Amino acid sequence: MKAISTKNALALIFSASILAGCSTTGTTEDADINADANGVTVTDQEGGSESYGQGEGAAVVTSEMDAQKAEAERLAKEKEAGVLREIRTFYFDFDKSSVKPESRTALMAHAAFLAANPNVNVALEGHSDERGTKEYNLALGERRGQSVERFLVVNGVARTQLEVVSFGEEKPAAAGHDESSWAENRRVMIQYK
Amino acid sequence: MHKNIVFTYIIFTILLLVSRLSVAELMIEITQGSDSAIPIAIVPFTNKSAGAIPENIQKIVSADLQRSGEFDPLPTNRMLSLPDSAKAVYYRDWRLLKQNYLLIGNVEYSKYTKNYKIQYELFDVNQQQRIIGEVVSGGEKSLRDLAHHISDAIYEAVTGVRGAFSTKIAYITLQGSPVGKGKLEYRLQVADSDGRRSFTLLKTSEPIISPSWSPDGKKLAYVSFESGRPAIYTQVIKSGKRTLVSSFKGLNGAPAWSPDGKKLALTLSKDGNAEIYNLDLATKKLERYTRHYGIDTEASWSPDGHSVVFTSDRSGTPQVYRMNIYDLEPERLTFEGRYNARPRFSGDGNSLFFVHKSNGSFNIAAMNLKAGNQTTLTETPLDESPSLAPNDRMLIYSTQRGRKGVLAVVSVDGRSKYFLPSAFGDVREPAWSPFLR
Repeated sequence: MKAISTKNALALIFSASILAGCSTTGTTEDADINADANGVTVTDQEGGSESYGQGEGAAVVTSEMDAQKAEAERLAKEKEAGVLREIRTFYFDFDKSSVKPESRTALMAHAAFLAANPNVNVALEGHSDERGTKEYNLALGERRGQSVERFLVVNGVARTQLEVVSFGEEKPAAAGHDESSWAENRRVMIQYK
Repeated sequence: MHKNIVFTYIIFTILLLVSRLSVAELMIEITQGSDSAIPIAIVPFTNKSAGAIPENIQKIVSADLQRSGEFDPLPTNRMLSLPDSAKAVYYRDWRLLKQNYLLIGNVEYSKYTKNYKIQYELFDVNQQQRIIGEVVSGGEKSLRDLAHHISDAIYEAVTGVRGAFSTKIAYITLQGSPVGKGKLEYRLQVADSDGRRSFTLLKTSEPIISPSWSPDGKKLAYVSFESGRPAIYTQVIKSGKRTLVSSFKGLNGAPAWSPDGKKLALTLSKDGNAEIYNLDLATKKLERYTRHYGIDTEASWSPDGHSVVFTSDRSGTPQVYRMNIYDLEPERLTFEGRYNARPRFSGDGNSLFFVHKSNGSFNIAAMNLKAGNQTTLTETPLDESPSLAPNDRMLIYSTQRGRKGVLAVVSVDGRSKYFLPSAFGDVREPAWSPFLR
């Protein structure tokens, strides 16, 4: 499914969200692309660059559109959904476990995929930053995982496809002792099995 | 990997002259000199045998007493004489040096028993009186134990409070950075209270947290992620024998031994979210202690075993609650600030120590349960995991120094503070043992 380059794909989603009337407050340079050990590309978003929002269902197929155009549109949406599913890390505020509005679009893409593929299972790994106590953070990481779990279930995923595992503050993504590192560490990661 | 350190040693205690007189007077003296440590001269122990003594008893005892913050040992090079018997003690010399106490002693090795015999005597310089004296003995491996025993005896004779130098600390070390793909090595370590003679109880590439001592000091409970998810184990320190006690779906965390050693309070999320349960270790029966959609975790028993304090965010922020185990009605105890967590009782049950956030900084705070007043004991930004020495005089916690996790100890009155040396990388999650004998 690597038909398009990540760069083009990002451009595609950005244009989609602009078309949908949503403002893009950040810049693409902020999007940080890491390849993990399995060769899966994970796109991490931080700070102001997270406004993909509400691109969902933006394109309206009018009656004048011919079949070819509709097919192209369908393919484009599929690509867009695929790219959205590359976003597998979702961030949280300090001591909070509610899913942020900017996480919803990508989570919806995961939900749609998982609902359509009931044999695919994922682990939802909850994490916290280093501040505060370890056991409270372990519970907080779990609650973040459960928030994402609830979001996916509400959007059609079977609970049996999902497993929440918390690592609390034990597995940070960034090593620093500052707000930018902490923000990167307060997260839930969707791990496809 | 369990390196067997034998704790057991025999002390042939011959009480030469137990006159524990004037303990009350001595305590008054401390109160009067409340701002300064007590001057004590600890003379080098004479070696009465042919060979060298593998440990320096004077050094160990001096370091113990100095660390407590309550004593100020005199440097050897300032001593006017080095007596090794009562006959050779000239009180005038020590008064001149403004010393309140004088400790002398000697060590003798016996080729036949392969034991070291240590004799010591403590004098009150102002009263011109011998306070305690004892002969203790043991093999080469117990020389440090004998020295800590002497420190305990001196500490108790002078302050009236039982010494806690012969105790252990458990802690977790991490080598490697959890960020990135490098190799990680977590260890569960146990060491003497002075950080020496550490040994490894568990080594794994996955995190270990929350070590908790059994009340008899013979076992540790802890959380290990070695299976990929948190599970609670108990482990016998001497034999290394390990038992998996809790691996439910979801959380298995925050083990806390009940004072009778028969039960383990723990946090499970098998019924939906983080709740506190009480596990009977013999029958494996679980009793649910909390019922709330908020996080309930980090239980700690009161010394009488009648109540449990814990962290709950049922009010919207993490705060400390207490409930007795009969009606299980939680009562909120902390109201200052938006983060108060992981409470621990003092041994006398009168105070709580916990993590408190103020101005963006996480510190160790203490609350007097009778008066309800709260004080902050530490001031570095990321202080965690408070654990009290069994005599309630010192508190060990983890903090960051530079970019490294280190252990620190602060006296409960806040007068003194020291850091503990770290053998491996980052150190965290300290737990002070109970009295071991």
